[in-house]
Amino acid sequence: MASTQDKKPEAAQGFVYLPLIAGWLVPGAGHFLLRKWGRGALLALSILGMFSVGIAMQGKLYAGAHDILEMLGLAGDLGNGLLYIVSRAAGWGSDQVTITTGDYGTRFIVVAGLLNVIAAVDAHNLRTGRKA
Amino acid sequence: MFRPSHFAAVALFALFASVVFGITQRETPRRMIRYGLYCFVLFVGSAIVISWLMFLIAR
Repeated sequence: MASTQDKKPEAAQGFVYLPLIAGWLVPGAGHFLLRKWGRGALLALSILGMFSVGIAMQGKLYAGAHDILEMLGLAGDLGNGLLYIVSRAAGWGSDQVTITTGDYGTRFIVVAGLLNVIAAVDAHNLRTGRKA
Repeated sequence: MFRPSHFAAVALFALFASVVFGITQRETPRRMIRYGLYCFVLFVGSAIVISWLMFLIAR
């Protein structure tokens, strides 16, 4: 009988949430910790690529939460982990959006954050043995 | 500053999102590639179809 217990890897030792937190802070880091080099590299490339393209398109980084839309945007941006903090510190994405591509850039940055959260949760699932 | 065309922006968005979806939503490499391609085609295809619909409605 194939049970879920059969899928559990060596896991169960160490801090279970480390890949989740590392993956959130640095895109792909959760997978690298689990020695999934190829997957981690592709995830890092995609998320960093999407975030960089968003910044290059003069997208805006949400800084405050004055209304519900800004709050949702900020939540998405925070998904980028350290990328968000470093970019805010560097002053990137702080200009007012005045062109169409800038608006697209803002969406790219938010979606990069959401994709990073999905990737971090995937790393957690790999760690716990929920996914092979 | 990077100013891609609308279609280039769609293609870039679809590429990055499809890679993440493929890796995170499937378990084997073969199925990851297939699902990633499927997502990419759906992203770009639906953008083209909706664009044509909007063009025809606006006429």
